[in-house]
Amino acid sequence: MLLQAKEVTHFFGGLCAVDNFNLDLEQHELIGIIGPNGAGKTTIFNLITGVYKATRGSIRIGGIELVGKTPNQITALGIARTFQNIRLFRDLTVLDNVRIANYSQVKYNPIEAMFHSGRYDEEEKRIANHAMDLLAVFKLQDYADEASKNLPYGLQRRLEIARALATHPKILLLDEPAAGMNPNEISQLMEFIGWIRKEFDLTVILIEHQMRLVMGICERITVLDFGATLAEGLPKEIQNNPKVMEAYLGEGGDL
Amino acid sequence: MTYLLQQVLNALQLGSIYALIALGYTMVYGILTMINFAHGDLFMVGAFFCFLAATFLHLPFVPTLLIAMIGVALLGVLIERFAYKPLRQAPRVSAIITALGVGIFLENFTLVFAPYPQHVPTLIKNTTWVVGGVSISSLQLIIIALSLVLMAFLDFIVRKTMVGMAMRAISWDKAIVPLMGIPLNLVISATFALGTSLGGAAGVMYALAFPVIDPYMGILIGWKAFIAAVVGGIGNIRGAMIGGFILGGVEILVAAFLPSTYRDFVAFTLLLVLLIFRPYGILGKPRPQKV
Repeated sequence: MLLQAKEVTHFFGGLCAVDNFNLDLEQHELIGIIGPNGAGKTTIFNLITGVYKATRGSIRIGGIELVGKTPNQITALGIARTFQNIRLFRDLTVLDNVRIANYSQVKYNPIEAMFHSGRYDEEEKRIANHAMDLLAVFKLQDYADEASKNLPYGLQRRLEIARALATHPKILLLDEPAAGMNPNEISQLMEFIGWIRKEFDLTVILIEHQMRLVMGICERITVLDFGATLAEGLPKEIQNNPKVMEAYLGEGGDL
Repeated sequence: MTYLLQQVLNALQLGSIYALIALGYTMVYGILTMINFAHGDLFMVGAFFCFLAATFLHLPFVPTLLIAMIGVALLGVLIERFAYKPLRQAPRVSAIITALGVGIFLENFTLVFAPYPQHVPTLIKNTTWVVGGVSISSLQLIIIALSLVLMAFLDFIVRKTMVGMAMRAISWDKAIVPLMGIPLNLVISATFALGTSLGGAAGVMYALAFPVIDPYMGILIGWKAFIAAVVGGIGNIRGAMIGGFILGGVEILVAAFLPSTYRDFVAFTLLLVLLIFRPYGILGKPRPQKV
């Protein structure tokens, strides 16, 4: 088992944002977390990545406990994410946005940098090459020197995924990657997610509102409502689950 | 004309000291959006480190400078760790008040050991050359050259190294920097170390140029350097350098052509006017607040 969350509970003050959340994630799986607004989906990502510390419960990657670790330690253990509202370093160039994700691998100190020692030049070259290769994979190489805020919206989304992959993750957490996309773009995104998963040997957790995307590519789905797990299962089972329909559409609805 | 050239040289000397101090304000503001009002007093501590190393250890200039820079950097990192870090999520005004308190602490701590103004021994043999009627002292040249070297060093670190890129990234979005695998606290410590060590270096140079020092010397100079940072565009490194030289220039030129009691009055009036037309400073850019 790659990632395991056990009885994870999180409170904001007196509000229970996540209640007894469990998750078993095998390598190479692609699973979806869905639920109405405010159900606690993004909070779960924040708990996994260490932005919040779970009030109770345990999250383990390959047997290593993540609760209590800092976000940068968790990133180093192979978890990367994107954000619901794109959060690039807006004034850094496209290339630098990817380069910065290599921070933890830098092996030179500022003095060596100042005197352009062999190690500095070598390292910077290696990182820049790695970043450029990654941009090329994402067809962003022509924008390498552009400030990231000047990219069109769709490309910013793509750059955010490229930046996440630059940290060499095993698990990629995608927070509403299809937000603001039209049906055509969503189809492309579905293909794209499937492709990067193979290409980068990834395990993926996806938060999404777009049912077409979730039902189309997720192998398993967890449904949250008010912080609690409402249902778990295959896309088919979820679609026909009356409790899920009720949470989404009210009683008597049809998904 | 020679008089003017002479004043330009003096302005460069004073301006480079202001610029070095202003860099400390701007760097801390850049990453934590707080004004480290203790920074002027760290400058003062740098001057006292210089005094101690030169008087009691009889060290020459370079080791004295290094001791002051490293000592002040350590002090800066400790202050951040114990006084500012616990307030990182607190309203900014609390952190600023804390900084003022730290400043008062440093002044009075130093006062306990140095109740009277102290005289700093001469570390650099002062040779004066007269070139075309302008007298240039070796000390002046060293202050200007060393400041430029330190500023070039800082500019290089911030622009060309990973740590520098991490600092710039933190200034934009502190929350997601750790998710790039970057140890946030370490980068913040490095920023404090860099910024305060420049303040320490400025303290040494100031103590050599004006060798009578006292625990309150950092207050007014700190305020002025802070204003230089704001004029340059707070948070902007090259802006702080430009702001420092502008302030040094204005002060010296006012004193050169008007009664010297007008100096601060005219200098600050000019700066206030400049801020009316460029409220974000010379190189600063408005940052739209997310709503």
